[in-house]
Amino acid sequence: MNHWIIAPVILPALLAPVIAWVMRFDIVLARTMSLAGTVAVVAISLGLFAGAADGGVEVYKLGNWEPPFGISLVLDRLSAMMLLLTAVLALLVLMHVIATGWDRRGQHFHALFQFQLMGICGAFLTGDAFNLFVFFEVLLIASYGLMLHGGGRMRLKAGLQYVVMNLAGSTLFLFALGTLYATTGTLNIADLGIRVREIAVEDAALVRVAAMLLMIVFAIKAAIFPVQFWLPGTYSNAPAPVAALFAIMTKVGAYAILRVYTVGFGPDVAATGEMPGVWLFWGGLVTTAVGAIGVLGARRLMLLLSFAVVGSMGTLMLAVSAFTPESALAAMYYLLHSTFAAAALFLIADLVVTRRPGGDVLRPYPPIVQNGLFAALFFAAAIGMAGMPPLSGFLGKLLVLDTVRDMPYAMWAWGVILVGSLLTIVGFVRAGSSLFWKPTALPVPEGDGMPTADAHGPVGALALTPAVAALGMLVLLAAFANPVSGYLEATAAQLFSPDAYLATIADPATGKGE
Amino acid sequence: MEMLVASAVGVLTAGGVYLMLRLRAFPVILGLALLSYAVNVFLFSSGRLAVGLPPVLNKYAETAYSDPLPQALVLTAIVISFGMTAVLVMIALGSFLESAEDEVNIDPNRPEVDEDEDAPQATGAP
Repeated sequence: MNHWIIAPVILPALLAPVIAWVMRFDIVLARTMSLAGTVAVVAISLGLFAGAADGGVEVYKLGNWEPPFGISLVLDRLSAMMLLLTAVLALLVLMHVIATGWDRRGQHFHALFQFQLMGICGAFLTGDAFNLFVFFEVLLIASYGLMLHGGGRMRLKAGLQYVVMNLAGSTLFLFALGTLYATTGTLNIADLGIRVREIAVEDAALVRVAAMLLMIVFAIKAAIFPVQFWLPGTYSNAPAPVAALFAIMTKVGAYAILRVYTVGFGPDVAATGEMPGVWLFWGGLVTTAVGAIGVLGARRLMLLLSFAVVGSMGTLMLAVSAFTPESALAAMYYLLHSTFAAAALFLIADLVVTRRPGGDVLRPYPPIVQNGLFAALFFAAAIGMAGMPPLSGFLGKLLVLDTVRDMPYAMWAWGVILVGSLLTIVGFVRAGSSLFWKPTALPVPEGDGMPTADAHGPVGALALTPAVAALGMLVLLAAFANPVSGYLEATAAQLFSPDAYLATIADPATGKGE
Repeated sequence: MEMLVASAVGVLTAGGVYLMLRLRAFPVILGLALLSYAVNVFLFSSGRLAVGLPPVLNKYAETAYSDPLPQALVLTAIVISFGMTAVLVMIALGSFLESAEDEVNIDPNRPEVDEDEDAPQATGAP
């Protein structure tokens, strides 16, 4: 048994309380430990990623209980990729937070950050549906703290809405798990996959109900229509670096859908068949449209970026909804891209918004320091998000368009994605011109030069690095699209031939795993 | 007994959903508490309803037993929903103290966007 599998969960879990109790008065120590812990998680994830690349499915049996009875963690290619994505994103966000001093604006940022990391890593690793619920709660309760970090009237109000929404979602998750356990007698995802494949169509009514309840829960996390409405308010009022970290949170929902609706209720399961895909398709379609219209209508930068995230989740779900290996490849590529694109945008937005006198209101104010630099960065990140060449958004959208071509109603998907991309471009162009271009025509007020909100000077290289690195990931994704899609192709193949995953649970005849 | 448990879950859920839709902090918290009670009872019944049976297998006799797993699930769910409710109460209180209103609703386009008084075009034009 490879004990490294549990390390991405254990390490932040141990580090967080130590930071909270021992280092709460020493920000330098807390920063050092938090950074060291995150770097360690990146290293461990790299190791696990390399280990999983040979196509094996590794099981970590907690307490050495055989999987259907004990709780198991499962590491396959998809989990390893999501872990690495989480770790790299967390490192970028943490560097940004330290460089810009966001962690000084409230207490316990680093402890909450580590708990958040623990929850996300756990959700990607667990092989048990109830354990997935527990890790969801861990990452949610940490995200409540991070979202409220820094305080403020609007942030608290938005935070309250976010918490209420997610508590209702958690209740729904428990209802779904209860129904699932009552009908199949198991909550282990692999065991579930075996049991639901044995259920005849006639007896499957309750299983279908459970499958759709679970779909709603994951749709809340992934912000899919009609349960996407919490996201714009939350992301636009959260601290911008936290919103950048939250770029992975919607992907937790997408990952859960990819996992549960291939290994569990896959397209080959008679009980549910194509039903999840059909619902996801129309939900994704409307979400893409909602995101694009929201980008066009937003009057604040943070709100605009939040709607761009909604739109990208819709496009992602359109690709997922086909539930074929090709579509999973496109979805995973777009997932990698949209995570870094959203993170880059939020990090750049943070640098800009804290320097503007008008905050993130999309209206021309006298130019800020280094206007040209920020304009160039925003331009590049917006190109990535909107899906124009040469960055990876273009390739991602191309893959998505190609993969939905064979679906019924494919013309709807094409129309919505293409028109939505156009609207997104128009929205970003408008935002960019009122943030960076129009201000150059405004007279600079009298005084010592640049009027800034709270005396933020020019941005240093350290604060700039994470945003540029996130943009660099988009460039790398585009430049190395072939090796990346090679890995993703094997991942998709593994996902859609779940025999290896299903074999992780004990054989009832022998009682021995694998 | 099935009738009793089913209607209890149903009434609790209906009450919880109604209270949540009031969109005021205190009713919403009560509504979420009712919902978590409902789901706890529901989880219990997911292991089939049984009265007076031992929660363990007996290897010496073929006796019926009640499923122990849902009880473990309920325990986890209770602990989590208890902690979450505590967090929610604190956030709701903080939000009420900051903004002096208890509505669980926000306008993403902040009202200050519409106020033209701080528009810079009017101030600095030569």
